Amino acid sequence: MTRSLKTLLSLLAVLGLVAAACGSDDDAGGGDTKAAFVMVAPVGDAGWNFMHDQGRQAAEAATGVETAFVEAIPEGGAEFDDAVQQFIDDGYNVIFTTSFGYMDATEAFAADNPDVVFEHISGYKMNDTNFGNTFGRMYQPRYIAGMAAGAATESNKIGYVAAFPFPEVIRGINAFTLGVRRVNPDAEVEVAWTATWFDPTVEGNAAQALLDAGADVLTMHQDSTATGQAATDAGATFVGYHSDMSSQVGNYLTAPVWNWTDRYTDVINAAKDGTYTPESWWGGMADGVVDIEIPSESPVAAEMQQVKDQIIAGEFDVFEGEILAQDGSVMVAAGEKLDDGAMLGMTTFVEGVIGSAEG
Amino acid sequence: MNEVTLVGLMLYLAALGELIAEKAGVLNLGVEGMMAVGGVAAFWSGTEFGNPLIGLLIAGIAGGLLALVHGLVAVVMGADQVVSGLALTILGLGMSAFLGQDYVSLPAVPQFGALPLGPLKDLRIVGPIVFNQSWLAWVAVGLGISTWFVLERTRVGLGLRAVGESAATADAAGQSVVVTRVAAVVAGGVLAGFGGAYLTLNLAKGWTEGVTAGRGWIAVALVIFGAWRPGRTAVGALLFGGLLALEPRLQTFGVEISPILISMLPYVITIGVLTAFSIQARHRPSAAPAAIGRAYRREER
Repeated sequence: MTRSLKTLLSLLAVLGLVAAACGSDDDAGGGDTKAAFVMVAPVGDAGWNFMHDQGRQAAEAATGVETAFVEAIPEGGAEFDDAVQQFIDDGYNVIFTTSFGYMDATEAFAADNPDVVFEHISGYKMNDTNFGNTFGRMYQPRYIAGMAAGAATESNKIGYVAAFPFPEVIRGINAFTLGVRRVNPDAEVEVAWTATWFDPTVEGNAAQALLDAGADVLTMHQDSTATGQAATDAGATFVGYHSDMSSQVGNYLTAPVWNWTDRYTDVINAAKDGTYTPESWWGGMADGVVDIEIPSESPVAAEMQQVKDQIIAGEFDVFEGEILAQDGSVMVAAGEKLDDGAMLGMTTFVEGVIGSAEG
Repeated sequence: MNEVTLVGLMLYLAALGELIAEKAGVLNLGVEGMMAVGGVAAFWSGTEFGNPLIGLLIAGIAGGLLALVHGLVAVVMGADQVVSGLALTILGLGMSAFLGQDYVSLPAVPQFGALPLGPLKDLRIVGPIVFNQSWLAWVAVGLGISTWFVLERTRVGLGLRAVGESAATADAAGQSVVVTRVAAVVAGGVLAGFGGAYLTLNLAKGWTEGVTAGRGWIAVALVIFGAWRPGRTAVGALLFGGLLALEPRLQTFGVEISPILISMLPYVITIGVLTAFSIQARHRPSAAPAAIGRAYRREER
């Protein structure tokens, strides 16, 4: 047993070295303020975490503040506490925690460390002094992406590979479907749940099932590009998510994307100037945190641009009535708009979605 | 229905490798790590040389080399097989993430193409399922049959099984326990590497960290399900592959069942099979190799 223990320890030591070699510690100067990021998965995953890392790098360039990050830190584990404590001990005084499941642990750290600013991404908790949250109105570019998909489909069936039936995901599916049916009232959006954020095999299987069910345009709310690969192989069109995937996937149309740079820059600068006040910040396309590129080849490109301009100008609301629910009942009455609370708690599908909103 | 065989094939290659190692008495829980390293090796070399066959070979070598670590630690040095195997999984996943950093989500590279079987693939039902497979599928069938043949019908196989049933007896009969076991473990690693190659080239069609997503563990469960027999393991691979492929399809047919429940099924079935074995074992010898998991030291009795 001693021998095997030695073996294990030496293997772990090697792993530690590898992990240390992977970590980044860019020196940029910038006074006393230092910003740290805790990420739930490797930043190389081309999805959620990749975009956060892009934002981190750009914010570092914009503010001149030194930043660092740790990746692949599980939610609700001791690793998170260790990583955050280490950052605090090393003098980092702005800490971004970029996964929903970090929320309660971040809240506890904020209470114990009043001199450190904590900004949690995608949650809803905050305090009065040093703990706020940030998220983006992804449903806005999702709606525009839906318009592109609705104009592109010939079979009038669009496949949507989705992770979990959470309000965030359901809101995205609904916004997308409303966009689809704005330009193509006959088209329907079929949902296949995968019960995983990241598993290329399962995502690919779900995409294939949707293709076999007659979909000729696919999109997804996942962290891998497997749906895009399946669409490309089948000659179907792909609408991405998270980042511009045009270099990774053929038959790519467009994608609603994240852009955290400005928000990160603002929070870091506020912390640096001592003007940080916590808020529940839910930014939209007007703030630049979410965006979509208008594909010029789309027959509805002009209309997409128009909607984009209207949303940015605050003249158009995605969830403005009349909107019918999946079962035909009225979800949003004519002339009414859903408030943020209703959008954040969305659990039912709109008309035009095929599938169950319960997963 | 092609995904059934796609997923099943990946599982089968890895499970067949684990079966060979376990038949020699070595439990290798590093399948997940070996698949990951094989996957990244195949993706790298497949892209670099534009040829899936080279990708397959390099993946086999990478998987075999990693398995050799387990062979040295657990067989030659006699360390605990469970600990060493788990360490191998951690090491393999870490190494693959490190080596694959520059290959994340690159476009798909050449895949294993379909074997041209002419009009056969146009047959109704049977055509697309049986005769529209990549050539690696036929290689896997061949590997399964030859594994069965070597294990059950040749002296080499007899020696390997003897080492797995009673190492001391085999040793006394002049069979080198260490050489046999290390060879079996390395062969298992090569096949796990093949499974990883199939995953990144044909199934996920790309590399990202964590692409194996626990399939290596299903392969380990599959060996138990298959009662350490290549044929039954193949049936199990198709069944487990079918379960994975079935789930999204049920949804598109409007059947409401939680995807989480379906992804549990392979493990639930394996537990059921284990229970059945232990009930059976009251009447006749267990299907498991008797010496599995036990290090052999000549001086210990």
